[in-house]
Amino acid sequence: MTSEAENIEQTPSPLVAALQREHPEWIAEVIIAFGETTIVVPREHIVAACSFLKTWPEGRFDFLADICGADRGVEEEPRFEVNYHLFSTTKYHRLRLKVVLNEEDTHVASVTGVWRTANWHERETFDLFGVIFDGHPDLRRILLPDDWQGHALRKDFPLRGYEPYSLK
Amino acid sequence: MGLENVIAEALPEVLTTRLDSLINWARKSSLWPATFGLACCAIEMMNATTSRNDLARFGAEVFRASPRQADVMIVSGRVSRKMAPVLRRIYDQMPEPKWVISMGACATSGGVFDNYAIVQGVDKIVPVDVYIPGCPPRPEMLIHAVMMLQDKVMKESVRDRRDIPEEEAREAVVPGTLPVTDGSTARQNTLPESRPYTIASRHERRRSS
Repeated sequence: MTSEAENIEQTPSPLVAALQREHPEWIAEVIIAFGETTIVVPREHIVAACSFLKTWPEGRFDFLADICGADRGVEEEPRFEVNYHLFSTTKYHRLRLKVVLNEEDTHVASVTGVWRTANWHERETFDLFGVIFDGHPDLRRILLPDDWQGHALRKDFPLRGYEPYSLK
Repeated sequence: MGLENVIAEALPEVLTTRLDSLINWARKSSLWPATFGLACCAIEMMNATTSRNDLARFGAEVFRASPRQADVMIVSGRVSRKMAPVLRRIYDQMPEPKWVISMGACATSGGVFDNYAIVQGVDKIVPVDVYIPGCPPRPEMLIHAVMMLQDKVMKESVRDRRDIPEEEAREAVVPGTLPVTDGSTARQNTLPESRPYTIASRHERRRSS
């Protein structure tokens, strides 16, 4: 016996189905868990997908809620992922886009041209994970000091940091 | 200010000891703290000035927003590494004579924040006169620290303190402005050169020796 909640979790939304019909090349994988939909987008299509989703009449994702990075672990391949949390203020639905990156090539195109708020989110992701956003107008550190070495939320960054302040 | 330099050179030691007690009494009776609330300890610091605790009884209630008008820096809370150069600059902007109270576990030793982001003790940045334990310390403990500092002030002499020469003060901290890294530094596995944020000014060297 399946409950209603499980049915919701396992059924791809009409939105994703429509997107899959229109642009199947943008969708590498669809993950549905806990009632949330995640689409893994190939890296080269992320800007096109974002700008399409922003103006698409069925989506209208006019609000970029967050960009965050994740380090899956030093031995994992691909190691990094960048998550884009989209929200529509008119249709009131959410979508998560995910780009996975290899450790040797942590470049992804910037979406600052689509949502201007991506500027600081991308700076934060760069600061803490070392993901390079190509085409970003001002990719500087935002949280850590300007002369910081390394990226603090990577799994191989020592918890106590480097000198001069660490206790070894 | 410049007056004690003149006094210390012009007067014999016997006279300055008598003068010390007068000057120290005046100093300890009106300690003006700099407003430097960093974290939750700042709430207790504010509370110390309220009617219930009344730090004014000890002449230290005039919190100044400008370091140029302050005698005591109460470091109330955790000092992040990004805040460390700012804290040192504010300390450098305070005129002599000046004292530092390290309030709470975080300012004193880093507290529970034993990680890359927090300076493990503000005494790595500025010389500290009084440490207060606690997380956070109660306002009574801050008042006690102020009273201990007053005792300490009474034991000082005008001969001990001189203004830091201008050029020496300027050396202290330049917040880093290195260009953007592309992440390659993290992969090289090399330790960066240590960049000390502090230099010991003349009176600090004399106090620590």
